[in-house]
Amino acid sequence: MSSDPILKVEDVQVSFPVGGLGRKSAILGVAGVNFEVNRGETFALVGESGSGKTTLARAVNGLQEISAGTITFEDQRIDELDRKAMKPVRKRMSMMFQDPVGSLSPRMTVGDLVTEPFRIHGIEGRNLRDEAERLLTLVGLPTSFASRFPHQLSGGQARRVGVARAIALDPALIIADEPTAGLDVSVQGEVLNLLNDLRERLGLAMVIITHNLHVVHHVADRTAVMYLGRFVEAGDTEEVFSAPQHPYTAALLSANPEPDPDKTHDRITLPAEVPSLLARPAGCEFHTRCPWTQSRCSVDAPERQVIDGRAVACHFPLEPGARPPEMEEKAAS
Amino acid sequence: MTTLRIDNLNVSFSTEAGPLHALKNVSFDVPENRIVGIVGESGCGKSTLINAILGLLADNGSVDGGSILFEGQDELTTLPPSRMRDLRGPRIATVFQDPMGALNPVISVGKQMLNIQYRSSLSKEEKLNRAVEMLELVRIPDARAALARYPHQFSGGMKQRIAIAMALMMEPALLIADEPTTALDATLEVTTIELLKDLQQKIGCSVMFISHHLGVIAELCDDVVVMYAGEVVERGTVRQIFQDPRHPYTARLLECDPARQSERTRHLPTIPGEIPDLRARPAGCIFANRCDRVSDTCSAPPPDKDIGNGHIARCFVADIPVETGVTA
Amino acid sequence: MSEAVSNPAPGRMAELWRPIRKILREPLGALGLFLVLFVIFGAVFADLLTGWDPVKINPRDRFQGPSSQHLMGTDQLGRDLFARVLHGGRIALFVALVSTAVSLGIGIILGLIAGYGPRWLDNLMILLFDAMKSFPTVMLALALVTLMGPSLTAVMVVVVLVTVPGYARIIRTQTIALKTSEYVTAAQSMGASSARILRVHILPNVIGPLVILASMDIPVVIGIEAGMSFLGLGVRPPTPSWGSILNDGFTNIRDTAWIAIAGGVPIIITTLGFTFLGETLRDVFDPRLKGR
Repeated sequence: MSSDPILKVEDVQVSFPVGGLGRKSAILGVAGVNFEVNRGETFALVGESGSGKTTLARAVNGLQEISAGTITFEDQRIDELDRKAMKPVRKRMSMMFQDPVGSLSPRMTVGDLVTEPFRIHGIEGRNLRDEAERLLTLVGLPTSFASRFPHQLSGGQARRVGVARAIALDPALIIADEPTAGLDVSVQGEVLNLLNDLRERLGLAMVIITHNLHVVHHVADRTAVMYLGRFVEAGDTEEVFSAPQHPYTAALLSANPEPDPDKTHDRITLPAEVPSLLARPAGCEFHTRCPWTQSRCSVDAPERQVIDGRAVACHFPLEPGARPPEMEEKAAS
Repeated sequence: MTTLRIDNLNVSFSTEAGPLHALKNVSFDVPENRIVGIVGESGCGKSTLINAILGLLADNGSVDGGSILFEGQDELTTLPPSRMRDLRGPRIATVFQDPMGALNPVISVGKQMLNIQYRSSLSKEEKLNRAVEMLELVRIPDARAALARYPHQFSGGMKQRIAIAMALMMEPALLIADEPTTALDATLEVTTIELLKDLQQKIGCSVMFISHHLGVIAELCDDVVVMYAGEVVERGTVRQIFQDPRHPYTARLLECDPARQSERTRHLPTIPGEIPDLRARPAGCIFANRCDRVSDTCSAPPPDKDIGNGHIARCFVADIPVETGVTA
Repeated sequence: MSEAVSNPAPGRMAELWRPIRKILREPLGALGLFLVLFVIFGAVFADLLTGWDPVKINPRDRFQGPSSQHLMGTDQLGRDLFARVLHGGRIALFVALVSTAVSLGIGIILGLIAGYGPRWLDNLMILLFDAMKSFPTVMLALALVTLMGPSLTAVMVVVVLVTVPGYARIIRTQTIALKTSEYVTAAQSMGASSARILRVHILPNVIGPLVILASMDIPVVIGIEAGMSFLGLGVRPPTPSWGSILNDGFTNIRDTAWIAIAGGVPIIITTLGFTFLGETLRDVFDPRLKGR
């Protein structure tokens, strides 16, 4: 994959004011993130609740103001654009949302929904009916669906309508927020296969946001793992998967094991819960739950190290196949 | 003793467009002290099944046949509502996906846990101690202080653990857990599952665990029941189901789980097609329109084939292991 | 989890018939629909149903009781009451429908702006709505009539001022609720303007309950018109209004009761009809509104 960044996110922070009368403080939903997405590449943002992945996605799409940093899309700074100036950018970058049916306006027909981008941008000289049929066929839905309403669609079908709408104006980048959410396991593959297909055919770049590491393994070229608004690890997907360097990545991988009753003993269990954004831990923010934590971790925040294209923020990056000290002890005894 | 024995249960709903046959000839057992996992996707009928067991079917729903036998003596399909109410709570407890379904937002946790024990003859002090005991069992930090707090002051994961504590406090014979970890993050899900396993061993109750998350089922359950479009297509021990699936749906479903593929692939497997309209069930096998082993025999209703050792699959070619890919 | 079974799209005719069938299934709904249609029929075909001129004075025929000549009798000026009642129906329905329409139009626009616009604008408008609502109707009517003189227009202005705050409030609340829906966010993400979002995505989804509630307000509106006309604040004589007929009959109610009946009964029938119909519409289409 050639290095031809279509999206550059540099030192981006997003803060939200909190607190009622008197005390005004802020929480950092995104606490400083750096990454690039190349043309035609799929980049995955993986994290659990509170990781800031959805906030980051919305910030990139201009739906959320950032409090620091820059976002550059197709060589243009977009983080400071007002609504009017941002409008043409939205022809080049589209977004798909979590709720497959809920992200479709309930009283609009499927045909109107997929052609709405044309109407919003006042694109003349196109027969919208033909466009609707073209788009529906592209995503594998029968053209008769154009007259249906969202509540008459299954989750998988609604998801496809969302995809059709996202590719309507031939964008260069699609941001997909939890594309497999709300879908049965047996149809998750449909959406992912479709996205992969379209990506190859149309040369799209994609940013996929998900909490499911295994989905990511199959569709993303590069992956970044987020925790409390920061990247803890980022790099080539296959490498991150086979040899995670950050303890959180290792824990995430082991939390979703292969469904096999005989393979359930290598579990890395994380104690306690995700800390509140109002009370970020000192030092390395993951140290309160990290099975490998050492004294240094509660004092110093780790620097981001980049080795061989892999970025990781940990004082003691894991060796391949490492297991938590407690488990090693148990195994030894 | 079998805690719950479901035998040939049939449930339908009367809708404007005709009767909807939601559950068809559903049979399986929940033995004493075992965790039974119910695997199914949308439309498989698991909500209807739970409602039928608890006597909470909607007004337009009815049990058309079959039996639900609880602890070998209570026939739940014909039980009078008052007796059902007696059972719900102390003998049959439930935990749902959203803990706020069980937690009253305006009453403190301690008070709610006291209220649940209203049938017990213990003193208030003893009841409070019991509540603290349960909260400690589900690893709520600072359990005694937690009694005074309100549900909204706890995180999602903790609320779910409190709901589990409340469900198990009266030591029921059967716990029905409907997707209890689906809304939780993966790392939290793992902790909660281990907790459930622990508690089940301590209390010795039976658990009916409903989920579409195959990894969790493989980890937690002793037996597995696979449901599709209102029917039990396969059931057996967890090893039988995951290592030797005999129903095409089970086999394909396992293939689709992204965690199952260790090899990175750009083309994930799916099951093409859709569940048929349950208002017009086909005469033959319900999975025929999506099955890769389908043949003409499948236009007749498939039998429940016994593969041995309690492993049963509703398919004409169930005795042929899936790898060989042979049709009937 | 979403349903894997998708509902096939129903035929167009079936879509239209179904709501009407649902209404007819409820006894009160059927009755309400019948009464409303009855009143509308009478108003629309007034000239065909009676030969008498509602404003023509016939002093020789005054105070006649109901007969085959004058179906409802005559009033103190010899005018045929049946004709006056039918024409009064026109006034009542005109006021009801036009002022409700105007009210809805203004209320919807104000509500959308309050709900979707900036916080300060919302706060300002709520203040405005509350101020309007706190005015007692009678005082408002008197004040307006003092300014404008008694007339049909005065009645309609009163009705609009009284009903707009309620409608605006409802639309505002619904707009605020829908503002954060994912489909609105999706529209923003596509670059839709606020105007488009309000028009295409929010308005169609908030208007339903409002129409039902408005239909339930029609009896109130008719009551306002009748009341104002009764007090002489509304339609000017000789234009017939049920309220003014009622007023005419009030003075001689012991001797010539039929005049008061001619004025009062249509009010009752219309009020009941619209109330039954409106409540049935509400129960059938949006049971969530039952609390009102």
